[in-house]
Amino acid sequence: MTSRAQVRRLLSLVPYLREHDGVAMTDVAAAFGINVRTLREDLSVLWMCGMPGLTPGDLIDIDMDAVDGEGVIHLSNADYLTRPLRLSADEALALVLALRTLREIAGPGKREAVDRALKKLEAAAGNLPATDQATVAVTAARDDIQARVNDGLQRRKRLDLTYDVASRAETTRRMVDPLRVFVLDGYGYLEAWCYNAGGLRTFRLDRIAGIEVTAIDAAMHEVELKDLSTGWFEALKDAPLVTLELQPSATWIAEYYPTEAITTRPDGGLIVSLHVTDPAWLRSLLLRLQGGARVLSPPGAGDSAAEAAQEALDQYAVLLGAAAR
Amino acid sequence: MAPRKTERILNLTICLLVSGRYLPKSRIREAVEGYHNLSDAAFERTFERDKDELRSLGVPIEVGSFDPLFDDEPGYRILSSEFALPAIDLDAEEAAVVGVAARVWRHASMAESTRSAIAKLRAAGVEPDASQLASLEPSVQASEPGFEVLWNAVLDRARVSFTYRDGSPRTLEAWGLTSFKGRWYVIGRDVDRAATRMFKLSRMTDLPRRVSRAGSYEVPADLDLRRLARSLAPREPTETAVLAIRAGKAPALARRGEPTTSDVKLPAGFAVYAVGFGDLHSAAEEITQYAADVVVLEPAELRELVVRGLTAVAESVAAA
Repeated sequence: MTSRAQVRRLLSLVPYLREHDGVAMTDVAAAFGINVRTLREDLSVLWMCGMPGLTPGDLIDIDMDAVDGEGVIHLSNADYLTRPLRLSADEALALVLALRTLREIAGPGKREAVDRALKKLEAAAGNLPATDQATVAVTAARDDIQARVNDGLQRRKRLDLTYDVASRAETTRRMVDPLRVFVLDGYGYLEAWCYNAGGLRTFRLDRIAGIEVTAIDAAMHEVELKDLSTGWFEALKDAPLVTLELQPSATWIAEYYPTEAITTRPDGGLIVSLHVTDPAWLRSLLLRLQGGARVLSPPGAGDSAAEAAQEALDQYAVLLGAAAR
Repeated sequence: MAPRKTERILNLTICLLVSGRYLPKSRIREAVEGYHNLSDAAFERTFERDKDELRSLGVPIEVGSFDPLFDDEPGYRILSSEFALPAIDLDAEEAAVVGVAARVWRHASMAESTRSAIAKLRAAGVEPDASQLASLEPSVQASEPGFEVLWNAVLDRARVSFTYRDGSPRTLEAWGLTSFKGRWYVIGRDVDRAATRMFKLSRMTDLPRRVSRAGSYEVPADLDLRRLARSLAPREPTETAVLAIRAGKAPALARRGEPTTSDVKLPAGFAVYAVGFGDLHSAAEEITQYAADVVVLEPAELRELVVRGLTAVAESVAAA
């Protein structure tokens, strides 16, 4: 722990403890996002601080018997630190960006609360540089869809979902029990128990074409939700690896999808390996890249894309004759 | 020795906060115990570092004359009106959304900044409670190595230098950062090119370095980061394509379109849509992925690009 972080925390801890006389150590630790041992160290530092002069009467007083006995904190003799320090630029901007990201999946009702909180925070942050110096774009659902997703989530109702499966380019209809809405890498998702698939599934909010909140109560499901801190990588790591040779025009995919290994070629192209969970996804990627990517391994992984392309070309020839070629 | 240092810096803060008037360095040295056993030079160094650290946390240390008759030695003070967070009153619903915000950042130092902001709000009487919104989990990632340097450069208005993917060295007055599709971009004035530029952080090939002091430039007052960021999004549709789409397929395209008709005789199961597009090449890439499920009827130049793309895919594997 750096002294800087500790100083910053102590300047908040003193006014907090003045306001919450007799608060339990465990509650304070939870509120400040630290463990009880760190809090105990904080208190022993505070105990040595106070007014210039540093006679016992000048020092901040903490009842250490109560701390080590009942595990509660009584702090006094710190009348000069009744208010926390104002927000610094990094704190204000980090919090504002976090709130704006929440706003994108909050749905119309909670969005108003976010806007009110933002306004009050920006007023309290006062003379700081504009909080417009950073933005986060989130692709989420239309308002009416977002509202129903959140309604089903809050009232724990089963949802009747019309969903576009991108990799298969198909619309599907399914019944799901909503478990969580999250944002990862700029997209909003609904995580739900899907009755059609018989398992936990993740739906991109912007691909939900229609949704009805049913009267059926959502069931309890013993499932482990995705750990967001590992991004998509963790979920992909067991999927088979495909190695692609990319022309310079196609190298953007190395930035967009989690890749295992990257080698640069002299012409500016790349050789990348990535995990592929769904062969249909690879087929649509290869088609989209319009020949900018060639499959090096495993053999045959690109065949379905080539076949699909040939089928489409044959269809063009039949429909539009030579004019299409 | 971190606790001793923390203790010294906290005592310095209290000392400057309670005095109410400018205190000369000599008085501060006497008053703060942590400075007692230091040589003159060591005291000067330590005091300067402590001051810098406090200022970096946003503590407003003012410098002035402690006595109008003897203005040769500067004095220091902290005004509690400048120090303290103004009153902030959040209702339960507002406090709940702030509680959710606490867990948004997936980046160590950004999470620490948020945590610290929320600790201040708690100390000011706000009780964030995210339990009622437990099923909402927004997150922001910043995995690019250069993020933290650039974030601080934006806040401090300090110039940075870095190498971009094309190998070119760049010096930038960074105005702002924006995340689009989960990737971070920095926007600012490219000093050597004297022009506004946007750079993708993942395309920097080295770590950006600070090359100027803080406060070296001004951010344009009319900076509209959201507008600049929108230039990253696909262009608004300006032209219309006529597409035949197989029933139930390519739903994203069909939903954007309006039903229309065509003279071309189509196989059963196809319907015709007029779909707007902004950029010819992006539209061709999007349509090519649907292979035989989407047929471009018009315009001819879009169809040619799609057919060329399909041909390349069909041949790329055949040749292997």
